[in-house]
Amino acid sequence: MEKLVLGGREFGSRLVVGTGKYKDFATMQQALLASGAELVTVAVRRLDLQARGEASLLHWIPKHMALLPNTAGCYTADDAVRTCRLARELQLGGENPLVKLEVLSDPKTLLPDAEETLKAARQLVSEGFLVLPYTNDDPVTARKLEEAGCVAVMPLGAPIGSGLGLRNPYALQMILEQAKVPVIVDAGVGTASDCAICMELGVAGLLVNTAISGAADPVAMAQAMKLATEAGRLAFRAGRIPRKLYGSASSPLSGVIGAA
Amino acid sequence: MRATVNGEKLELPEGLTVAALLLHLGVRAERVAVERNGAVVRKARHAEEPVASGDVLEIVTFVGGG
Repeated sequence: MEKLVLGGREFGSRLVVGTGKYKDFATMQQALLASGAELVTVAVRRLDLQARGEASLLHWIPKHMALLPNTAGCYTADDAVRTCRLARELQLGGENPLVKLEVLSDPKTLLPDAEETLKAARQLVSEGFLVLPYTNDDPVTARKLEEAGCVAVMPLGAPIGSGLGLRNPYALQMILEQAKVPVIVDAGVGTASDCAICMELGVAGLLVNTAISGAADPVAMAQAMKLATEAGRLAFRAGRIPRKLYGSASSPLSGVIGAA
Repeated sequence: MRATVNGEKLELPEGLTVAALLLHLGVRAERVAVERNGAVVRKARHAEEPVASGDVLEIVTFVGGG
């Protein structure tokens, strides 16, 4: 499959996966491998100063996978920018400038705050970050984020962790038509068919966490989503037939036995 | 002196640097990033950056997330 290119960096998989909410690190590691992902999201949090000898997340993320630090939990542009700066510092001089920008509006809907997201995006771009912003499925905001210099736009399919799938394919199609950067559906995927539906519309990639980590068998779901993402991409490139209201025979109409 | 570390007010020895603070707290520097009063302190500067009374420090690490 052709590579996913984000800010000049190439990834062999179009599925980006999260590392949150797994029951243990061993299951997470198996699911990451089964997903085929080459880019995985991580969060930045205060170190628990009371904990001793705590397990390190990074130890369990396979080395060939690149990190995509997020700003999850931030409600202001300022907090998101500070989190990205800390994430860059955390990567031991690895100079990885990719960040998933997420500035939320409220804890119930977890919907993005477009105004704060844009403000943070402009600042982060000016500091050399390659910004992948989580955004509403609003074509206007998506265009503004692209104009701000983001290397991709990541509209939601549905609220984070909701598993509702793609709620507004028409808005996504408008974003896809205008975007010159990759469009990644971030949030809302519930099961493998949701991956295929998004990919068939022509999105460049998907970002999935809860639908894998929360599945009864996360490793099997990771593999299912890998296959669905690949199948959806292939179908998009193959070009689907137009939808028609009435039937259209696939066998010849002439030469049927018993005809007059 | 008193400083706020990860939201907690702590009583700390006088004259600490960021490196000495991490040692005092039993934190391995390679696994964390430190912010002092809103600005990141690069690892290369941990040994010289002072910690002053009233400082607000954040010590963070990567955790699982989506």
